[in-house]
Amino acid sequence: MSKMLQDSTAQNIGPSDLEPSRRRFLDYLLGTSVVATLGAIVYPIIRFMSPPPVIESTENSVVAAKLNEVPVNSGKIFKFGSKPGILVRTESGELKAFSAVCTHLDCIVQFQAETKHIWCACHNGHYNLNGKNIGGPPPRPLEEFKVNTRGDEIVVSKA
Amino acid sequence: MKDWLDERLSISALGDIARKKEVPLHRHSIWYYFGGMTLFLFVVQVVTGILLLLYYRPSAENAFESVQFIVTEVKFGWLIRSIHSWSANLMIATLFIHLFSVFFLRAYYRPREMTWVSGVVLLFIVICFGFSGYLLPWNKLAFFATKVGTEIAGVIPIVGHTVLRFLRGGDDVTGATLTRFFGFHVAVLPAAATVFLAVHVLLVQLHGMSVPPSVKAENLRKMKFIPNFLLRDLIGWILAIGVLAALAALFPWELGEKADPFAPAPAGIKPEWYFLFMFQTLKYLPAKILGMDGEVLGIMAFNVVALLLFIVPFVDRGPENRRRTLIFNVIGAVALLYIVVMTIVGYVTE
Repeated sequence: MSKMLQDSTAQNIGPSDLEPSRRRFLDYLLGTSVVATLGAIVYPIIRFMSPPPVIESTENSVVAAKLNEVPVNSGKIFKFGSKPGILVRTESGELKAFSAVCTHLDCIVQFQAETKHIWCACHNGHYNLNGKNIGGPPPRPLEEFKVNTRGDEIVVSKA
Repeated sequence: MKDWLDERLSISALGDIARKKEVPLHRHSIWYYFGGMTLFLFVVQVVTGILLLLYYRPSAENAFESVQFIVTEVKFGWLIRSIHSWSANLMIATLFIHLFSVFFLRAYYRPREMTWVSGVVLLFIVICFGFSGYLLPWNKLAFFATKVGTEIAGVIPIVGHTVLRFLRGGDDVTGATLTRFFGFHVAVLPAAATVFLAVHVLLVQLHGMSVPPSVKAENLRKMKFIPNFLLRDLIGWILAIGVLAALAALFPWELGEKADPFAPAPAGIKPEWYFLFMFQTLKYLPAKILGMDGEVLGIMAFNVVALLLFIVPFVDRGPENRRRTLIFNVIGAVALLYIVVMTIVGYVTE
């Protein structure tokens, strides 16, 4: 900037004096248009690579199973929207439902009859039948759902 | 005819370079073969991979069935598919041998730092090849391995979630993930591998074979690359083809069961053997270490170690500092021992 001011206030302005600032101006124009062009190319590519959000199913409750499908001391995986859930019937006959997605690294858990735990095979994670992480690497409990029965249907809904 | 071509393509110049190439002979010369062996197995991967592309269909609905079709209906499909899987595994094995031999023989000393760096890049490219290729048959094991693997990418601070969504093509492992992994496996990674392989091999030609500092001597005997060393290479490659065919025939690669996003992870699930030592480590980490998620800490530690590989030649710069040489030998030995022991432990434990 100061160079430009000097140039314009100089007494004898010859073409050679103007040359550097004009050159710099053209370089600046060229540089910004190159950057803008690259930006216009790169931005859509980056946006294209990131997947659009899928509209979450607004399902708040789902018929998970029929009563006779879940005998005492067993578990069943059911579909809750796009995610798996697990329905467990404890020894006392109580029905429980949780998200079946392990809080460790996203595997799908299962009911283990011998230990009466909810168990993840991927990294040997254990949860008790309240969904609490009690062994292995899982850092958090499983998300719990509400369970109601309607006739012989078991209805699971988000708490 | 020869002159006509030579004038335009300078073939004789290339021939002169090739004829001038020599391989030093000493007690560690055996390790020179593993780079070439890895390259050979890579070529096997390219050829069998292109063949598999003739029938493979990359979608959640069709992938499993198309691989099933390849191994049951297509003539020699079982052979091509098994060789592709076995060769991938052998390539990773020879690559690790190449890596550790180059490390212990200090072939990364000046002026070969960039040869090492390009090699480390190739290592990561190959691991990505393995990880992306593993999902393509869309079976149960692959489905959960991919869930876990991409979730691991998701724990990286700040950018993790974006990376996870980029890899999965959404929030979950679905057909969208399969399509993406297919694209990486057959387009992005091959292009990257070709570039870095070219750089790596050209640099090896530029600097010649490295002689380990421990055998630096006057009047070292040398072998002509053409034809002496190349013929020995060739014997190794023919042996490799034999081993691959035998493995494919005796231990055909399993296809397993089709992936089901609503079935629990099968008991005894394990990743590929080259991820096993990391998998086993994650199993041993407690849920919380110093208030942080154990697995996050473990994963970050592995990432740091992986990045440290790049700077090895810039930290250990020459044989003059004997203490540093010793330290690097110990680090290398401990790393090797850790990988071997944890892999075995991971293999034998439930």
